[in-house]
Amino acid sequence: MKDTASGPTTAVSNPPVQPTEAYFDQGDITRISATRNVPQPDRELTKLAKLIDVSKCIGCKACQSACVEWNDTDPGVGENVGVYENPHDLTPDMFTLMRFSEWENPVTNELEWLIRKDGCMHCEDPGCLKACPAPGAIVQYSNGIVDFNHDNCIGCGYCVTGCPFNIPRISDTDHKSYKCTLCSDRVAVGQGPACAKACPTQAIVFGTKDDMKAHAAERIEDLKSRGYDNAGLYDPEGVGGTHVMYVLHHRDQPGLYAGLPEEPRISPVVEGWKGVTKTAGLAAMGIAAVGATLHGLFARPNEVEEHDEIEADRIVDGQEPRDGGQL
Amino acid sequence: MARPQFSERGDHIASHEPIRVSRYRGFTRANHWVTAACLIVLAISGLALFDPALYFLTGLFGGGQTTRWLHPIVGVVLFVSFALMFVQLWRLNLPRREDAKWMAHIGDVVKQNEDKLPELGKYNPGQKFVFWGMSGLIILVIVTGVAIWEQFFPGLVSIPVRRIAVLVHALSAVAIILVFIVHVYAAIWTRGTLRAMTRGTVTGGWAYRHHRKWLREIAARDNKGPAE
Repeated sequence: MKDTASGPTTAVSNPPVQPTEAYFDQGDITRISATRNVPQPDRELTKLAKLIDVSKCIGCKACQSACVEWNDTDPGVGENVGVYENPHDLTPDMFTLMRFSEWENPVTNELEWLIRKDGCMHCEDPGCLKACPAPGAIVQYSNGIVDFNHDNCIGCGYCVTGCPFNIPRISDTDHKSYKCTLCSDRVAVGQGPACAKACPTQAIVFGTKDDMKAHAAERIEDLKSRGYDNAGLYDPEGVGGTHVMYVLHHRDQPGLYAGLPEEPRISPVVEGWKGVTKTAGLAAMGIAAVGATLHGLFARPNEVEEHDEIEADRIVDGQEPRDGGQL
Repeated sequence: MARPQFSERGDHIASHEPIRVSRYRGFTRANHWVTAACLIVLAISGLALFDPALYFLTGLFGGGQTTRWLHPIVGVVLFVSFALMFVQLWRLNLPRREDAKWMAHIGDVVKQNEDKLPELGKYNPGQKFVFWGMSGLIILVIVTGVAIWEQFFPGLVSIPVRRIAVLVHALSAVAIILVFIVHVYAAIWTRGTLRAMTRGTVTGGWAYRHHRKWLREIAARDNKGPAE
């Protein structure tokens, strides 16, 4: 009989020798795309988070390699167009991507090389899930992981429309949407995500969200002592916080890091589309259809009368109206 | 010969005993029904992706993936089909002075006080509303539809534009369904109308009652005089 894994609190521990059962499963789902009234689980798992300390990243791309290996994707052989990003964007086969930005700091006159590991942020309030029309294609677990269930994905691209971070990518081959899973399959058996496991500088760490916030606070204190007065944690409130967080040396200017959004939130356009448009639209169509049917059944139809025919005869054939014909 | 004002050149008295007036030739009718079939498929498949409560409708097309693939293709067919219809119908759908009077008497239209209504050409303002409403809305849905067509135009517009496109697409589609309901309802409530799109002809009485100027013009053109 297999033991149940415990929730991971770090990515550095090695897996146990004995196989273990997953510590969370379908029963821990709190949100399901295109599904109302999801029954809430009895227990609430400890919130997890991945913390990416941009100031410690050396841009080695070990995380990308580990991601490709664990998820068994095949991004293909790249093409050098003179930039460090490889591939040049997230793809259905590349769930995470080092984005390199060069920035001349006007205060210090130093050239700073800012490297951000891009990928799904695992929002507490996920825009992809809100936009998705396919029941069960996107789920959220109570530990914060937002996962795609490809069996239910229809490839419409609404998740792309809904995501505030431009993350999901639709495959040209199987027409399904792909993104980082936060290695939900590893996490379920007590292991941290592959990228965090592989990171040689521990710029990527993983554990409970509380631990990660505490660790981030230490790192920020350290950065501040080194002159980065604006160092801070990126855990944006607009999306309810995220389960992938960044320590940024320039928290006041997230846009420096390859366009990380300043105040991400689900676009009000998307909220309006999925909210009032849906309700009001369905109501309008329903009322019109029912109203027309009822009126059609009970109101007096507009019927051609005898004298219309007579008048038509007169116009077409020049005939005088027969008796009874009136104008 | 000058262009007829109230009728198409092809509209004619098809028979005299009883009077039948040809309103739509076969091509136009086929064109109309292709458009109608497309619109119904689009409405059902679109509604399925519009609200989760209607997602089960994807089953009619063989599942979500097929629905996602089929919807825009049918959309293109509808657009082309409607465009063909547009070039045939637009001229007589231009607004005319008498339309204002008809609109002002919309209550009498519903109450069937026919003697209070002006004489009209081939289309009444209600029909013109359906025509121009559909024309404008179909342009909106095709433009926004292409913008959100993930399979063939994934990067055509930026994501913020895409959000607006998807909203406009949904709103226009709802409006199209409402206009569609008006269209179907009016065609059924006004008895004798459906045959114009099935057999292509209407009765003389129908033409006299609803489109008198149209009938007069055709009758005047039917210069062979009364049959027999």
